[in-house]
Amino acid sequence: MPSLKDLRNRIASVKGTQKITKAMQMVAAAKLRRAQTAAESGRPYAEKMATVLGNLAANLVQGTEGPRLLSGTGSDRTHLLVVCTADRGLCGAFNSSIGRMARDHARRLLAEGRTVKIVTVGKKGYDLLRREFRDLIIENRDIRGTRPVDYDFASEIADSIIARFDAGEFDVATLFYSRFRSVISQIPTAQQLIPAELPTAGERPAGAGDGAVMEFEPSEEAILTTLLPRNLTVQVYRALLENAASEQGARMGAMDSATRNAGEMIKKQTQIYNRTRQAMITKELIEIISGAEAL
Amino acid sequence: MATFQFDFVGPERTLYSGQVDAVQLPGIEGEMTVLAGHAPVLTALKVGVITIAEAGHTGKRVLVRGGFADIGPDAVTVIAERANPFEEISQESLDRDIAALELQRDATEDYAKRDEIEGQITQIRDAKVALTY
Repeated sequence: MPSLKDLRNRIASVKGTQKITKAMQMVAAAKLRRAQTAAESGRPYAEKMATVLGNLAANLVQGTEGPRLLSGTGSDRTHLLVVCTADRGLCGAFNSSIGRMARDHARRLLAEGRTVKIVTVGKKGYDLLRREFRDLIIENRDIRGTRPVDYDFASEIADSIIARFDAGEFDVATLFYSRFRSVISQIPTAQQLIPAELPTAGERPAGAGDGAVMEFEPSEEAILTTLLPRNLTVQVYRALLENAASEQGARMGAMDSATRNAGEMIKKQTQIYNRTRQAMITKELIEIISGAEAL
Repeated sequence: MATFQFDFVGPERTLYSGQVDAVQLPGIEGEMTVLAGHAPVLTALKVGVITIAEAGHTGKRVLVRGGFADIGPDAVTVIAERANPFEEISQESLDRDIAALELQRDATEDYAKRDEIEGQITQIRDAKVALTY
C-alpha cells in the first residue's frame, strides 16, 4: 500500500497537470475564435472564385482542350498527395485522422501500381508518414510558428505544386486537410486539386445575365490560365484556414476531456488518501488501547 | 440613379459589399467605369485604383493589385489578389513594396518575368501619385 506521502505527491502532480490542461483548453478556445473568424471571412472569396470559374468552364467550347490544370495530363500514373496537418500535437485525433486518411489513400494507389509522391505541410504530418513512406516524401514544410495563416504562405505552396506539375512530376494532385464543421466535429477531407474540380454551372449569381453572351478581356483562355493557379492557391489557403480552426477545436475537446479525467483521478486518489489516513489513525488507537489494557 | 450590387472580396476578407452608383475599375485593357445595366464582361485587372461611388457619398478608393472583375447587368464582383483601402496604405508602405519588387526583378534572369515586374513597379508608382490627391 502506498504511503500517505506518496499519495499526497501523486494528488499534487495530477492537480498540476489539470491546471496545464485547463490553461491549454482556454488558450485553444481563444485561438479557435480567431481561427474561425478567419475561416469565415475567407469563405466569400473562395465561393466567388468558384462561381466565376464555373461560369468560365461552362463557357468553354465542348470538346476543346482546356488548360492542363483543368483537364489534366490525360493519364493518372503519378499521384501527388498534399497532406496538411498541424505543427503541434496534443489535439486529440486531429493529426492522426488526416494522416490515416492520407496513408490509406497512398496504400491503395500503390496497390494499384501507381506512383505516389507526398508533400507534407506541418510537422506532424511528416512525423506520421515518415515511417512508412520515407522515400516518397519529396517536400516537407513547417507551418511557421503559431501566427495566423497568411495568403502568401498558401501561395508559396501552390506555386511549388504548379511548378512540379509543369515539370511533369505528377498527373493528379490531391489535398488532405480537416474540414471544420463544429467544435466537436472535424472531418478529414480529401480534395482533388489537379485536374481542377469545378462546381457545375447553373448556379450563376443572380443578375449575371443568364444566357447572355459574356465578353472576355483579354481572351477567355488568358483569363482561365491566370485564374486556375489562383484558384489552386485559394483552395490551399482555405484548407489551411479550415485546418487551423479544426486544430484548435480538436485541441479544445481533447484538453476538456483531459481536464475532466484529471478531476476524476484527483477525486479517486483523495478518497484513497483519506481512507488510508483513517486506517492509520484506527491502527494507532488500537495499539494505544491494547497497550493500556495489557498493563 | 440606378444602383447595382457591388461585391469586393480579397482572400482574407470582404472589402466592400453593398449598393453603389458606379465603380471605376483598372481593367487590363484600360480603365473602365461600370454603371448599372452593363453588358456582361469578365475582365482581368491590373494594378490600380478602384473607385467606388456610393449613393450620396464622394467615393471610396482601394488600391488593388491583380484580380478579376465579373460584371453583370445588376451585379459586379471583384475578386482581388491583393487589395488595400487607401486609409491603410502610405507612401512608405508603397516604397517598401517597390523595393521588394525591385529585388525580385534583379534576382531573376528571365526577361519576360523582368518586364512583368517592371510593369508592376510602374503601376505602383502611378498609385503613389494617385495617393497624393
